[in-house]
Amino acid sequence: MPPDARPKLAVFKFSSCDGCQLSLLNLEDELLSLVGEVDIAYFLEARSQMLPGPYDVSLVEGSITTAEDEKRIQEVRKDSKYLITIGACATAGGIQALRNWQDVGEFTRAVYPTPSYIHTLAQSTPISYHVAVEFEVDGCPINKAQLLEVITALLVGRQPHLPGQSVCMDCKRRGTVCVMVARGLPCLGPLTQTGCGAICPAYNRGCYGCFGPLEDPNSDSWSHQVLKDGMQRADLVRLLRGFTGFAEAFRSASDKWEKN
Amino acid sequence: MASENTKREKAVKIDYLTRVEGEGGVYVRSEGGELREVKINIFEPPRFFEAFLRGRSFQEVPDITARICGICPVAYQMSAVHALEAALEVTPSAEIRALRRLLYCGEWIESHALHIYMLNGPDFLGYESVVSMAADHPQEVERALRLKKIGNRLLAILGGRSVHPVSVCVGGFYKVPRRKELESLNEDLLWALEASKETLSFVSRLPFPNYAPDYEFVSVAHPNEYPMNERRIVSSKGVDIAPEDFERVYLEKQVDHSTALYSGRADNGSSYFVGPLARINLNMDKLMPEALAAARSCGVSWPCRNPYMGIVARAVELIHVCEEALAIIEAYREPASSRAEFKVHAGEGCAATEAPRGLLYHRYRINDQGLVELARIIPPTAQNYHRMEDDLRAILPGVLDQPEAQIAQACEKLIRTYDPCISCSTHFVKLRLERG
Repeated sequence: MPPDARPKLAVFKFSSCDGCQLSLLNLEDELLSLVGEVDIAYFLEARSQMLPGPYDVSLVEGSITTAEDEKRIQEVRKDSKYLITIGACATAGGIQALRNWQDVGEFTRAVYPTPSYIHTLAQSTPISYHVAVEFEVDGCPINKAQLLEVITALLVGRQPHLPGQSVCMDCKRRGTVCVMVARGLPCLGPLTQTGCGAICPAYNRGCYGCFGPLEDPNSDSWSHQVLKDGMQRADLVRLLRGFTGFAEAFRSASDKWEKN
Repeated sequence: MASENTKREKAVKIDYLTRVEGEGGVYVRSEGGELREVKINIFEPPRFFEAFLRGRSFQEVPDITARICGICPVAYQMSAVHALEAALEVTPSAEIRALRRLLYCGEWIESHALHIYMLNGPDFLGYESVVSMAADHPQEVERALRLKKIGNRLLAILGGRSVHPVSVCVGGFYKVPRRKELESLNEDLLWALEASKETLSFVSRLPFPNYAPDYEFVSVAHPNEYPMNERRIVSSKGVDIAPEDFERVYLEKQVDHSTALYSGRADNGSSYFVGPLARINLNMDKLMPEALAAARSCGVSWPCRNPYMGIVARAVELIHVCEEALAIIEAYREPASSRAEFKVHAGEGCAATEAPRGLLYHRYRINDQGLVELARIIPPTAQNYHRMEDDLRAILPGVLDQPEAQIAQACEKLIRTYDPCISCSTHFVKLRLERG
């Protein structure tokens, strides 16, 4: 394919840790062939060249937390044929969405000596709250193989295939003994999408929900089980309010147990 | 970049600093050819980690603080667990200490390879990115990618994955590796050791500007080890303190043009410098033998005060961490227990460890339930930020008569030598130049 015919890829960052865009650079074996197939037109972390839109594919990392970013995401949307959110911040609001249950004014006073210098929104919200999104890649951080699958699928014009099952399925595949059943450890795995490869249970700990809730998780049944296993309600609320805690299913479950 | 002209002043803007982690810009104003003002603007949105950590359980802290930075999550995990162990009076075993250093070696390899070849290297060779560099320097780019991959693989073996690993906990690890798993890294690490030496000979031949101010270099120091996880904090101006005294000697304040906080000496407000150059200048005798020999024969005289030669210091450290990782694996015996046992009680503790880009300080106070009451995090970029502005003030008069693109390039090149992590410091950069 001649260079000028390559689709244009852009990477945009909002409120985030940069870990998901790093996943693109972490495709060590595929990076050089990838840049042969796509023109990396805008990617501030990796290159100084900044080509103007429109872009064929925009990867968006981070959540919306400032009035400027509320406007900027609209511009990104206008410039993008496909807008793909990458990671828990862009897809679910991220860990910084913990502010959504608190008073952001008090947060500012707690961290900054002169709070009046700081301008921020009361809530940290996912990209889909602001603009239409073609595809969402979950994870804190995303799985680089899933990112490659999504980019490849778009390049050849098919739907990306990402697993929709729970972390439990991957525990079974890798032969990990269930940490909930065998050890009574609270594990979000039964409610959480896989994508990480079920690493936490394989490292002797419960899943903490990086890849966000399944489409229709049975959070009531799961909650009753962990409470029966001895978990305190406050700890349950905290576990649900993690890196994807603002995702609908986890949010409603944590709100319910906080009130009960 | 844009320019604004008034009768007396001229303005140039770099909207976004590139090849750095996170987002910020630079503002420069000159009048009649005289430099009037330099500001590094950080517009990375605030994320309030220190606020929402309150009320979380101490054992969640390493997982949560990792999310401050996707490039150096292990640094956040290490400073967090050491500070919390100080609060809980826990002393992990020698085997756990060694495994933590090994994990850190993985992060230093991945982060240094990324910075040397992909973020900072293109500046010296005249490329806008590693993508454009790849056509002319395929060997270097392939070396970079394989080095990075090896660092990431080490991280994944110890931590499950390279970005936000899951194995670190207060007291030790949720799971320790089998000796066989670590031995599987030996071949790669031996290759990486040789590749790091080639990296050093490659970067030490780069053309460096002449600039060597009287920095105060600050780093962690340990009597027997190259600085990484502990113990004291030392400087080239005679400071030698326990981490408990850090906030008394070095203060963090806020400036109106930034969402990051800004560090300096508490006594006179002066700036200081953290990172690989500081570490080597203050701890050169602790380098592993091959790294020390390579540092002495690479043509740089140490201590080195030229910030552009930070890339050389990083390459020396790459050699060091490959050697150290091999030594740790060689000596490794699987510990009987992956973590220390302890009782949760109220307490306060702090620690400083060395992130790839410099000293990272954490302090926590927890209650008798183990819930965080206070969290204080001082990242390396926030500490270097003041020093970067001082450096820009020093180099800008020499380039102010040049075209705007050259001025912008000079600023960015200087700033990138620090390997700034703006995502971390938020709690960073755009060039805006006004000149008349």
